Parts: sequence; structure tokens; C-alpha cells
Amino acid sequence: MLHKSLFSSSKKMEDCLSKKIEITVSEAEKRTGRNAMNMQETYTAYLIETRAVESQNEGQCSPVDSLWRRYSEFELLRNYLLVIYPHIVVPPLPEKRADFVWHKLSADNMDPDFVERRRIGLENFLLRVASHPVLCQDNIFYSFLTQEGGWKEMVNETGFQLKADSRLKALNATFRVKNPDKRFTELKHYSDELQSVISHLLRVRARVADRLYGVYKVHGNYGRVFSEWSAIEKEMGDGLQSAGHHMDVYAASIDDILEEEEHYADQLKEYLFYAEALRAVCRKHELMQYDLEMAAQDLTSKKQQCEELATGTVRTFSLKGMTSKLFGQETPEQREAKIKVLEEQIQEGEEQLKSKNLEGRDFVKSAWADIERFKEQKNHDLKEALISYAVMQISMCKKGIQVWTNAKECFSKM
Amino acid sequence: MPTSPSSMINQYKFEDESELRDLFITVDDPESHITAIETFITYRVVTKTSRSEFDSSEYEVRRRYQDFLWLKSKLEEAHPTLIIPPLPEKFIMKGMVERFSEEFIETRRKALHKFLNRIADHPTLTFNEDFKIFLTAQAWELSSHKKQGPGLLSRMGQTVRAVASSVRGGVKNRPEMFTEVNDYMETFSQKINVLDKIAHRIYKEEREYFNEMKEYGPIHTLWSASEEDIADSLKGVASCIDKCCKATEKRMAGLSENLLPIIHEYVLYSEILMGVLKRRDQIQGELDSKVDALANKKAEKDLITEEIGKLEDKVECANNALKADWDRWKQNMQYDMRSAFTNVAENNLRYYEEAHNLTRNHSC
Repeated sequence: MLHKSLFSSSKKMEDCLSKKIEITVSEAEKRTGRNAMNMQETYTAYLIETRAVESQNEGQCSPVDSLWRRYSEFELLRNYLLVIYPHIVVPPLPEKRADFVWHKLSADNMDPDFVERRRIGLENFLLRVASHPVLCQDNIFYSFLTQEGGWKEMVNETGFQLKADSRLKALNATFRVKNPDKRFTELKHYSDELQSVISHLLRVRARVADRLYGVYKVHGNYGRVFSEWSAIEKEMGDGLQSAGHHMDVYAASIDDILEEEEHYADQLKEYLFYAEALRAVCRKHELMQYDLEMAAQDLTSKKQQCEELATGTVRTFSLKGMTSKLFGQETPEQREAKIKVLEEQIQEGEEQLKSKNLEGRDFVKSAWADIERFKEQKNHDLKEALISYAVMQISMCKKGIQVWTNAKECFSKM
Repeated sequence: MPTSPSSMINQYKFEDESELRDLFITVDDPESHITAIETFITYRVVTKTSRSEFDSSEYEVRRRYQDFLWLKSKLEEAHPTLIIPPLPEKFIMKGMVERFSEEFIETRRKALHKFLNRIADHPTLTFNEDFKIFLTAQAWELSSHKKQGPGLLSRMGQTVRAVASSVRGGVKNRPEMFTEVNDYMETFSQKINVLDKIAHRIYKEEREYFNEMKEYGPIHTLWSASEEDIADSLKGVASCIDKCCKATEKRMAGLSENLLPIIHEYVLYSEILMGVLKRRDQIQGELDSKVDALANKKAEKDLITEEIGKLEDKVECANNALKADWDRWKQNMQYDMRSAFTNVAENNLRYYEEAHNLTRNHSC
């Protein structure tokens, strides 16, 4: 399969999980159960199979472990990874609902073709995580693959939801950062462009697919008419009949062609969603920067307050200063107490600022390393995808040449 | 009018035997004329000939659609059981084409050209006097000629009589052969109409596909602007798609230039043939009713017998003319269909070969 071959060629993967175990999402099954509100629901469960790689090399057939997971559990895993590794461009899941469909494809989540493509997408997701130098070492991820019962509880026990920054989800909220990191601004801009252009491409591709389907299928109408017409013709009959057969073949050929193209569309979709993951990292950096600036600002104002109280000068207007002027000064003891509190806060603040700065620099360093890794992966994958698309087109043309050569021969015998 | 079957066989000419032609006709240069009453289009008809019956070797006249209609009705009148080629329709409602749109005029011009050439290639019709006048007379000469000949009333009278006799006979004593032709034409007519719809539908789908493809290539170019490493790959894809787009436009044009007009012509032909069979039946009907009259009337026997004799000749000539023309029509139809569909296959083949080479060269 296309995806697996990509992973075996990736570089820094000596320790990666994907080298040690083989992961497949091999089956999909319809289930019915009761949801949290005790209402009956239908969902699809996916079978994850894992097998140790080493013993295979020795010629032994190692046992296959397997467990069932549903889409919502994959989502939970990903949300966990997003929170715990905010500096990583976390691989995306296949789409929740069928989007960019052309008319023949069903937009129904229960449609077998959609389920099949999702199965492949989920397998791809697991392989991506397993071959990521950082993510593959995560325990929760490993348990997701190997521990059927109690996994959900384990994830929730990590308390990752508490660590989640709700501001990350608020996409429209803007945080004015005074000194933005130019690289991240550019990257965010790029991720927006990537998302926009791939969406556009997928939309037009779906329309082109629709039209191509129409052209091929309409030729299928020839078959029956030719056959009926051939019944009244003596000399033309054979030519018409056999030409009609080739038109049927032509019309039928589009189904496989477009199904293959759907995989290409899925490859593009993966990077459409990757663009979101990229933006999330930029966003996280933006928020960290914002928090840093706010903390620095807060520290500065506290120091100022302290100085004012100590020297008795009011440099800046404050309501407190005014009221104390109007209603009388505080007692020296009160002032001392205040100064002491402030000094404690200032010290805390300085420590926090120091650690925030360190955090920020670490974040930038590790985020940028992953971004470089991602860029390389993206360029490689997209180049391959474009090549495979060209190969598909060539194959389609070859089929067309064959059918029309045959048809031409039949027509010339009419 | 009556010609023996054997002389007609010797004069068989097929469309591709242009070396035997001595009459070359083109229809071109549509021009719009606006008067107080109406707006109409005239077409230039150029004739080049080596025939001795023609005073000159080259003629250039302007004719409007009405004039073509006149010619067709004169030919039908003179040769009721010959298959007169179809004229393009007066005004096509189904396509969303305006009456004087360029597309409509061009389609009509091509069909009128075909019409005159089919007559020129017909062993009998090519020597028709009205045809000669149509090709050679100046506008005023044609008008005055049109006013002569059997008036409208006498023509109407003919029709009434024909209807009356068709009610009674014609079909009853119809030779087996013509019943076969009739059955054939019923099925053929059905199938050719369906084919007409299919061909138009294919054209429509190919056009819609082309329209979407036009947008597809440029998106890749747009994307390449935000990329570094893969910019060249993307630009390559864009260029390849654009070139394939042009190839698909060629394919589309081929369909519209070749298959669509031919199939449409045969749709019209099937109507014409049903008409010819009816007229043959009418002529037969005249004879049959006279024969019945003979059986009933005791007096005037000699007169009726004489009339019957004439009508029997008439029927025999009509049948022979139709039979010969029918065989000729079938041969032409086979040739036309074969070449039209082979052309479609070639167009598609060319398209896929071009697209194949373009894509393969790009991905290297």
C-alpha cells in the first residue's frame, strides 16, 4: 500500500515504534449500542491489529494482537496528543464526515465505500504517529494499540483536559502580540494559504470527476441502440453490435478510474488537515508569546507600584492614589505591608517570567525542529502524490486508446 | 420523368466518387438583409460546371431559405417517389439557439450546402430543370419563374384527391418489398432519433467537462506560488492539465462538426422516407380505385380501361424509381454512418493518445 512504503523510507526512525511493530487497521464492523444518554446508536468499530516485527525476520510467525476501537476513541487519542505535545504537528485524522463528494459518492457515514476509505485513513494515522520520533514513545498511544479495556479511563486520569488551553479552540479571538516571531507569522500565513488552495483544488476536482463520469456513462447508451439497430441491418449489423459492446466497456471503465482517484483526493485531504495542525502550533506559540508579554507587563506595573509606595510619589494616575489623596494617606504600617506583598509578588513574577522565557525558547526550538521534519515529509509526500496522479491519468488514457481502437475497427466494418 | 431502371443503375454515383462529378456547388457567405417588413439571411451559392446544358461554366447567385424550400417542393412534385434530400429545419426550438445566432446560421449553411450537393450527386435529380434555374438564375429571374407553374389551388386539388384515394387503397395491394421498407423505416426512424439525443447529450457532457477542466489547471499554478520545493512539480501538472484541456476541446469540436450533423440529417431523412412511401401508396391507390370503378360501372368501360393502363404505367414507374433510389439511399446511409462513427472513434483515439503523451512527458 502506498502509505506504508513512505514510512520505510523516512530517516530518523531507528527508535520509532513503526520499526518494532506492524500496525494495521484491518476490518470495520457495524455495531449497535447505547450511548451516554442511554439512546440506541449505530456506529462503526475498527479492528486494530499489531504484531512484533523482530520475530518475523527470524522466520517465526509472531502472534497478532488485536482490539476494536471506534472513531471517537481515535479522536480522544488525538486530542490528548494535541494537548500534551503542543509543539508537534500532530498527524490528522481522516474526515469525520464525507466532504468534497461528487455526486456518485455517498455523503453517508455508513456507506461501505466511505467506511473503507476511513479504515485506510485511520491506519495511515496510526502509522504516522508510530513513525514520529517523539509521539511514538507516548504510553497512552502504546496502550491505545494494545490495551482494550480501561484505556479511556487511563487517558482521562492523565488530566490532560485540564491542561488544555481553551483559547486554542477559539479560532476567531485575536491576541495582540507586540513582538511576534516572524517565522511563525510566515508559517501561519502559509498554513492558511495551503488550506485555502487545497480546499479549492478538491472542490474543482470533485466537479471534474462528476463531469468525467457523465461523459463516460452517456456513451453506455450507445450499446442498446446499436444492438436494436443492428437487428434491422444486414451488412452493418455485426459492426454495430460489436461497437456497442466496446461502448459498454468504455462506460463501465470510469468506475474503477474514479475510485482510484479518490485515494489521491484522500492524500490531498490529509495535507488539508495537516495545515490545521500546523496552524495549531503557530497558535500555541502566539498564545505563549502573549502570556509572556502579559506577564512581563504585569511585573513591570507591580514594580512601579512598589516604587511609588516606597518613595511616596505617584507617577501614574491610579484610582487608589486619588482616593488615598482624597481620604487621607494610609498608615506607615499599612504601606509597609503592601510593599511586602508586592515584593513577594514581584519575586514570584520574576521567577515565573524566567521560566516562561525558558519555556518559550524550548518551545520554539522543538517546534521548529518538528516543523522542519514536517516540511520534508510534506514535500516528499505531495511530490509522490502528484506523480501517482499522473500515473493514474496515463493508465486512463491507455484504457481509452484500447477501447477506441477496438471501436474504430468495428465501425470501419459497418 | 419516367426513366427505366437500367439507365438509373448506370448512373449510380457515390459521394466519394468526386472524379465523376461535373457539377461543383458551394454555399457560403451568409449575409443579413433588413427591410421594413422583415429581416432575413441570404447565402451565396457558387456553381462550377463543365456540362453543356449550362450556358456558362461558373455561376454566383444569392439565395434565401425560402428559395431552398421552393426548390425542394418542386423536386417533390416532379419526382414524388424519389428520396429528396432533407433541408435544415425552419427554426429549431429545442436547442437554446437564437434564430440569427452565429452558431445557428453556420449549422444551417452547412446543411444547405449538403442539400444542394446531395441533389447534384443524385443520378436523376441532378438534371432537374428547376434545380438548374435555382443554381443559375438571378434574383428577379427566379421570382418570375416561381410565379409560373401549377398554382396553389391545383396543388391543393391534387392533395385532396390523394388523401381520398389513400383512404381507400394503396396499402392493400402494396408490393411486399415496400412493406419491408416501411417496417425497416419505422424501426430506423426510432433508433436514429434516439441516437440523435444520445449524440447531443455526449456533446453536452463533453462541453461541461471542458468547462470544469479549464479551472482545474490554474489552481495548481496558484498553489505553486506558496511552495518552494514542489513548485516545479505543481507548475508541471498545471501545464499538463491545460494542454489536455485543449485536446478535449478538439474532441468536442470534432463531434459537433461531424457526427451531430450527419445523425440529424438522417433523422430528417427518416421523415422524408415515410413521406415517399405514402406518396407511392397514393399513386397505387389511384390505380386501385380506378380498378374498383371498372368493376362497378358497366358503361364507360373503355375509357376506364384506358385510364387504368396509364395508371399501371405510372405505378410501375413510381415503384421502380423508388426501388432504385431506396437501394442507393441505403448504400449512402451505410457509407455515411460508417465514416461518421469511424471519425468519432478517431477523434477519441487522437485525444487519448495526445493526453497520454502529454502526461508521460510531463512526469518524466
